[in-house]
Amino acid sequence: MSRKPIQFTLNGSERATFVAGGQNLLDVLRRGIGDLTPKYGCGQGTCGTCTVLIDGEPHLSCLTLAETVEGRNVTTTAGLATGNTLHPLQDAFMEGFAAQCGYCTPGMLMAAKALLDRNPNPTRDEVVEAISGNICRCTGYEAIIEAILAASRAGAPRQYG
Amino acid sequence: MDEGETVIEFRKEFFADERDDNLNEIGKPTQRQDALGHVTGRSPYFDDHLFDGLLHIRCVRSPHHHARIRRIDTSEAERMPGVKRILLGKDVPNNLNTLLSLLDFGIDDEPLISDKKVSYVGEPVAAIIAESEREARDAVAKVRVDWEVLPHVLDPEEAIKPGAPVVNEAYPGNLFVYHDRYNHQKLRYGDVEEAFARADHIVEGRYQMSPIEQAPTETCGAIAAPETNDRFVCYTSTQALFFSLGTAAKLLKVSSNRLHFIGGTVGGGFGGKVDSLHEPMAILGAMLTGRPCKYAFDRAEEMQVGAPRGAERWYLKDGVTKDGRIIARKFTGYFDAGAYTRLSSYAIIKSVGHLPGPYTIPNVYADVFCVYTNRTPATAMRGFGITGVDFAIEAHMDKVAHAAGIDPIELRILNSYRDGDMKAHRRLAKNTALIECCQVAAEKAKWEIGAAARQASSLRDGGGARAELPARTATDQKGLVTGVRTGSYAHGGNSQPSASQPAPTQPQAARQTPPPPAQPRHEPTPPPVRPPPVQPPTPPASPEPRRTTRFSSISGLRRR
Amino acid sequence: MPIRVETYGGIDDAARALRENRTARYLGGGTLVMRSVNEADQSFDTIIRSTDKSFGQIQAQGDSVTIGAGVTMAGVIAHRDLAFLAPVARVIGGPAVRAMATVGGNLFASSPYGDFTAALLALDAKINFAGQTGPGTGIDEFLRDRSRFAQSLVVSVVVPRPRDASAFRFLKISRVKPKGISLMSIAALLPQSGGRIQGARVAYGAMGPLPLRATAVERALEGQGLDSGTIERAASVATEGIEPPTNGIATSWYRREVAAVHLRRLLSGQGR
Repeated sequence: MSRKPIQFTLNGSERATFVAGGQNLLDVLRRGIGDLTPKYGCGQGTCGTCTVLIDGEPHLSCLTLAETVEGRNVTTTAGLATGNTLHPLQDAFMEGFAAQCGYCTPGMLMAAKALLDRNPNPTRDEVVEAISGNICRCTGYEAIIEAILAASRAGAPRQYG
Repeated sequence: MDEGETVIEFRKEFFADERDDNLNEIGKPTQRQDALGHVTGRSPYFDDHLFDGLLHIRCVRSPHHHARIRRIDTSEAERMPGVKRILLGKDVPNNLNTLLSLLDFGIDDEPLISDKKVSYVGEPVAAIIAESEREARDAVAKVRVDWEVLPHVLDPEEAIKPGAPVVNEAYPGNLFVYHDRYNHQKLRYGDVEEAFARADHIVEGRYQMSPIEQAPTETCGAIAAPETNDRFVCYTSTQALFFSLGTAAKLLKVSSNRLHFIGGTVGGGFGGKVDSLHEPMAILGAMLTGRPCKYAFDRAEEMQVGAPRGAERWYLKDGVTKDGRIIARKFTGYFDAGAYTRLSSYAIIKSVGHLPGPYTIPNVYADVFCVYTNRTPATAMRGFGITGVDFAIEAHMDKVAHAAGIDPIELRILNSYRDGDMKAHRRLAKNTALIECCQVAAEKAKWEIGAAARQASSLRDGGGARAELPARTATDQKGLVTGVRTGSYAHGGNSQPSASQPAPTQPQAARQTPPPPAQPRHEPTPPPVRPPPVQPPTPPASPEPRRTTRFSSISGLRRR
Repeated sequence: MPIRVETYGGIDDAARALRENRTARYLGGGTLVMRSVNEADQSFDTIIRSTDKSFGQIQAQGDSVTIGAGVTMAGVIAHRDLAFLAPVARVIGGPAVRAMATVGGNLFASSPYGDFTAALLALDAKINFAGQTGPGTGIDEFLRDRSRFAQSLVVSVVVPRPRDASAFRFLKISRVKPKGISLMSIAALLPQSGGRIQGARVAYGAMGPLPLRATAVERALEGQGLDSGTIERAASVATEGIEPPTNGIATSWYRREVAAVHLRRLLSGQGR
């Protein structure tokens, strides 16, 4: 099978890999690069567990043809923390018990980050709309919504480890 | 959360002397040990393990509810690029199993890969192992199966009628056989017909639910790979690690000490990840190819092929006195197990142990059937066996209240069990609390109930005559089955002899069997002494209840 | 079969490649095509895409707006000349889907998707295909037999702007809110002249294999004032001549039962 080289920025650092014809970005990130943070939930665009940011906008990596990220900036959950310092969203999700099985969490965090980066003080309705493409089967969403609102009000991020 | 905001309200005035309130964890928020992993995306689900040369397994699945397999033609698929191996039923060393054979409960009835017939849409008949998922899917599309479509049945009451299609060939009449004797699970306590004859009201109802898909965000799956020392490692999404280990060992005819199972991080299960069918397939692939193999449901498979909570249908009939006492309750229940047994047989045991619900009713009768239909095989989901019949019971209580002209909450409090009452499965009730739940619910809903109901207590008015077993219990031999031995695994019972394959060996030099290490002598230790259970105060005149019939606390799975 | 990806700089090259290869599909945002790739849809082995920037352009000219086929739902929401379409784009998928899904792609969506196309149907849009000159293909004509256009490349759609903002209304009904697959969607263009409706166009999504016009409803509204009597008459023929589908979202029976309720709400100006 012939493969095509692509280069893009992942969480701030330059990456290069080879993609097969029709390979989606989720597969390239997980198996090609080894970033296991975005997840497979449906392959259809319904569940949002594969959500990543491309140039700051939320995208479903399972529906993104990998080679279309050539030259662009991709952000995943692996890029949220800075060293041992959690992003305020990660902190708020922990403090607010916004994760149970944790499988939707990376996707939720990316959707929330896309929101807060463009709208630092969202209303509750804006938070709900921002995560409307992410399904959670465990929490009932309330803790997640509260955590995102708490992160929007948060002060300095917390050290861990 | 704002400080001081109450999420849980503790009603500590209830059962205060039965409780130790110096608790360090309960009632206080404690951070999950996996929270950091979840928010950093590092929690290792089964698929979060990278293997060079990973192969992908995709199954050829039945599009029919019910069909005989005349022929499977894999010749074109075998020639497809990237295809490494195609598995058929004959490649599975022990191709017939039932999940609870590990507990000696039930007949082996389900193949890992079917080769004679299929009994539900999605049943696998071949497994393609290929270098990539795309190549595996492309090869699946090239497999040609010659089906002889058979009549199918999708309703449990239809499936037990004479002449219905035979769904599960291990059992006669599409019914699981309980205790080698009956085609249903019986509960007999007192004489309901006699009580119905003297009741003032008879209230009947039919209640049912459809199958419910657990729909976890992570689909079921496993990755298996050859590991050191001639064993296989298997990362799995299972909720039932030891079931999966035992099932894989049995299906693949390998000692479980050659299997290294790693689970524990599950992206939602809710009972839907207990069937233990992904690990054996992945491990078999690893055994036969010598390479890591991944076998996982995609979303469409998870929803259609993955086992749901099974459909249930319940018929209830209550005999009620004019003052609202339920003196008899009769259940006829149908569990739709789908095509294979899996956990449905056990769901009914749980269910029947639960009847007639949290109420003291002196005459109780239940016939509960585990029925095979051509639906997707059912499995566990959150309180399975109980939640369906509880819906039926509580819906029925409201119907009874309406018929008897009594407030529905007062009706429940009136009929509620109390500490010391004999329950229909012939054990005394203790630590009951339905009355208090009803009282608090009424209070919260601002629902007025009368003084007697407000003042009732689980700790009072139980036991005494209510602790007696019924003087006479009507029994019957309806549904008697002969010639069926349901013990299979340990007893070598009714399971069909499988086309025995020796367990596949690793492609390397013949393994030396090391001599057994010297065993330390093992002295049996006496069982630990348990402190006597706290008993509620009993009225002085109450006699000891006669314990004539014991029902095992593991619900009859052990033969006495 | 392995998937081959062909990327073209110019529209005409991409259009020719698509026309000449029946086993090729054109990649817009990926929300439909990549799903098919993930499922190993055996009907195509080639993805064709173009990097031509004109696909992403929006141009208002007089009483219409020309929207490039590659404009995303997020792009529609963001553009001030498309404010009348923003309520439609806003209920397509969630934020990530809206960042990816294109106007052109939605034209080829299978039921129950295709809500944006239902809106374009009500608005009497025209579709410009590559290699075509002239006024474009009317959307009624396009939807009459969409399979004829399977290998045609949409360049843009031309949407007449409603003279009066309240003349165009849209309602998407889904069980899951704010985002969920349509049970049905209703788009209504009700221009008024002298207090009477002239040129009514009412389109449904998810009520048939393709977005379709509710012609009985249009006849009940045409020439009438939008008063409660007219609304009732329109609601009474909400599904006349229409066979709603049964799918995983709802049965045909259910759609028939609720269509009039939702139509009445839309026509009365009530929210969902």
